[in-house]
Amino acid sequence: MEGEFLLEVKGVHKHFPGVHALNGVNFQLRRGEVHALVGENGAGKSTLIKIISGVHNIDNGEYLIEGKPANIRTPHEAIEKGISVIYQELTLIPHMSIAENIFFSHLPNTRGKVNWKEVYEKTRELMSYVGLDENPRTKVGYLPVAKQQLVEIIKALSANAKIIIMDEPTSALSNNEIENLCRIIKELKSKGIGIIYISHKLDEILELSDRITVLRDGQYIDTVETADVTQDKLVSMMVGRELKDMYPRQACEPGEVVLEVKGLTTEKVYDVSFNVRAGEIVGFSGLMGAGRTELARAIIGADKRISGQVIVNGKAVPADATDKALEMGIGYVPEDRKNHGIFAQCCIRKNMTISALKQFKNTVKINRSNETLSVNKMVEDLHIKTPSIEQLISKLSGGNQQKVILARFLMMNGIKVLIIDEPTRGIDVGAKAEIYNILDQLTHQGLAVVMISSEMPEILSMCDRIYVMKKGRVTAEFKRGEATQEKLLSKAI
Amino acid sequence: MEKTSKGHFFKSITRFEQAALVIALLAICIVFSILSSSFMTVLNITNVLRQVSLMVIAGIGMVLLLLLGEIDISVGSLQAAVGIASVTVLNATGSIILALLAALATGVVSGLLNGIIVTKGGVNSFIATLGTMAIIRGIGMVVTKAVSIPVRVPEFAEIGAGQLFGIPVPVIISAALVIFFYFVLNHTIFGRQIYAIGGNSEAAKLAGLPVQKIKLQVFVLAGVLFALSAFILASRLDAGQPIAGQGFEMQVIAAVILGGVSMSGGNGTLSGALLGMLILGVIQNGLVLLNVSSFYHDIVRGAVIILAVYLDERRKKNAAKQLLRSSNK
Repeated sequence: MEGEFLLEVKGVHKHFPGVHALNGVNFQLRRGEVHALVGENGAGKSTLIKIISGVHNIDNGEYLIEGKPANIRTPHEAIEKGISVIYQELTLIPHMSIAENIFFSHLPNTRGKVNWKEVYEKTRELMSYVGLDENPRTKVGYLPVAKQQLVEIIKALSANAKIIIMDEPTSALSNNEIENLCRIIKELKSKGIGIIYISHKLDEILELSDRITVLRDGQYIDTVETADVTQDKLVSMMVGRELKDMYPRQACEPGEVVLEVKGLTTEKVYDVSFNVRAGEIVGFSGLMGAGRTELARAIIGADKRISGQVIVNGKAVPADATDKALEMGIGYVPEDRKNHGIFAQCCIRKNMTISALKQFKNTVKINRSNETLSVNKMVEDLHIKTPSIEQLISKLSGGNQQKVILARFLMMNGIKVLIIDEPTRGIDVGAKAEIYNILDQLTHQGLAVVMISSEMPEILSMCDRIYVMKKGRVTAEFKRGEATQEKLLSKAI
Repeated sequence: MEKTSKGHFFKSITRFEQAALVIALLAICIVFSILSSSFMTVLNITNVLRQVSLMVIAGIGMVLLLLLGEIDISVGSLQAAVGIASVTVLNATGSIILALLAALATGVVSGLLNGIIVTKGGVNSFIATLGTMAIIRGIGMVVTKAVSIPVRVPEFAEIGAGQLFGIPVPVIISAALVIFFYFVLNHTIFGRQIYAIGGNSEAAKLAGLPVQKIKLQVFVLAGVLFALSAFILASRLDAGQPIAGQGFEMQVIAAVILGGVSMSGGNGTLSGALLGMLILGVIQNGLVLLNVSSFYHDIVRGAVIILAVYLDERRKKNAAKQLLRSSNK
């Protein structure tokens, strides 16, 4: 057991200009082990992975593979030594076939002529191993993300990987697909392959991994046996303080009905009716593609409605004008923060006030000092970490960007309904708890919140009522306390 | 105001670039003043400014459109159509005011047409205005049977040629417009919304901005500005010419992009665009003074377009690199 590690990193330091990215980090990987790497954004996980995979070189410390110095200087050398990385954003070539993607760096050939028969046979063999049922000639671009990921895994296997690094592998997968991935990981383990697993989803890590290494601010905190820790313990190791309660929800007495949706139908949503009262958080659970985002878009008038009505405080919300919906007090925090939420070329101030500019207008001019005052107050209230409100928003962490987008609507005087789509996707644990706290406080001020989420614990703990959607329809409604993960899942599939 | 060196990345890039543009402008001026003794004269400088002012008035409209992520290449054809419309009205009524109204109305109609095709029809604005460019030029030709209409009201020439306190009238008009639109872009809700929509129109829509409405408004506003420059052009030509403004669109677009306004929307400043237009104006004037054949002007103009777009692409790449670097830390 104790003999040789597959991979070992000892006292590693890495500096970037102005940042001590890794400060004496240790990490070991055994054969047939799933070793999870956790930490908040900026903790140094990515840097460590990049050192292991040859993208960066170490400043100080040791990097051993099977007890010998690794001598890995480039990503190519890492692959030759049997290290494969499956990145969050997949790196396949979409217009090439599955087989070509897997073998393009090492096509079997006789004197330069490719043996296509062999290529396809080997591909089929590997595909059946991971349970991928496709034609090897299919172009990768036509495959859904989950299947593309399987192709990445096959690619790693075909390169005789001994160490596979998975960076947030489940962030784009449905529950079924996650189960399949877990099964494959177990098979890889039984073959003696070591897996380094990075994820924000702690429940997943607790289920899958054998050991867990925690990093915080570039420091090595500890390595623990998974069997010996709880989620709370892990979280407090990651954030460096006890998080008394991740989910602060204290339900308040619901008020009047604020938002009422009647028979809403679009191309992707069928006959959806529900209401939300002031002070309530109403959740929408379901698989990816169940039509929840499309429902939100139809409510604010961003997508065409075919029939149905949306009513806020007794008044109908027009079908085709998001500006009217905003004026009537509906704010929408989108799921895809990078592409649909932020204005990347603008600073925090301009990002935050874009929806509430009317409040800062005197005659024709925007009153800069009032604007700055309000933005600074929001930055303080929501604990947005930034040196200045003139900082580009794209330089903030995901959690702080999300807070800026939240603030965009919270600073509006007439806000009544907040629809928040995947409120904590790609956000680290500390910021997550803060966002839950903000949402909870808002409902106590009478805001009606609609929360769309694929994360079961979050929806179960935060929502007063939960609707489940499947293929564009609402399939169930649960009250707080009635719902369980199993019940939600059975209605979603 | 708080300032951090990092937070002002984009601003500092534009500042750095604008410094480069100022230096380029000065260098070009020095070269021409060495090559030609008549370059650095009050007469010539007034002349350059008078010529550039037409480009500036239309250029403001183009800046607004480019910031939104749209474009209007029918501006050259519109120079002819507006000239014909206003000279016709002028000759019929003898009223410069009515002629101006006719010009502005033509601009509004063309802006509405382009705007509606783009916003309601969902047609890419380059293609849409490529179409209207041909249509508007064609209408001008049909109406005049390709013959220029001379102006019969002598006072009309005063608009283009006249001076106020020794400064040419077109220069005064364009300066006033630059100041006004600088204020609009930097200090009003409308300006803020234009930058936001150009930067990310989907995010703008979801944040509750009336994206289509603002696009339509800007197309009309640009149409009016194009018409104003055409009105002054007609005065300077002393005629409504069906071939007026040929190639004007490329001149305006090249100058504005050279001045740092991005083709992809959301980035750029009016002051940068102004520098770009001055540079192009001075180059053209210098070539005339040096008796370079007008055919070479086209070659220079083409080279400037390629240079401008190349700089724009490089700028985008650098920005992307910078963002990547900061997010990888």
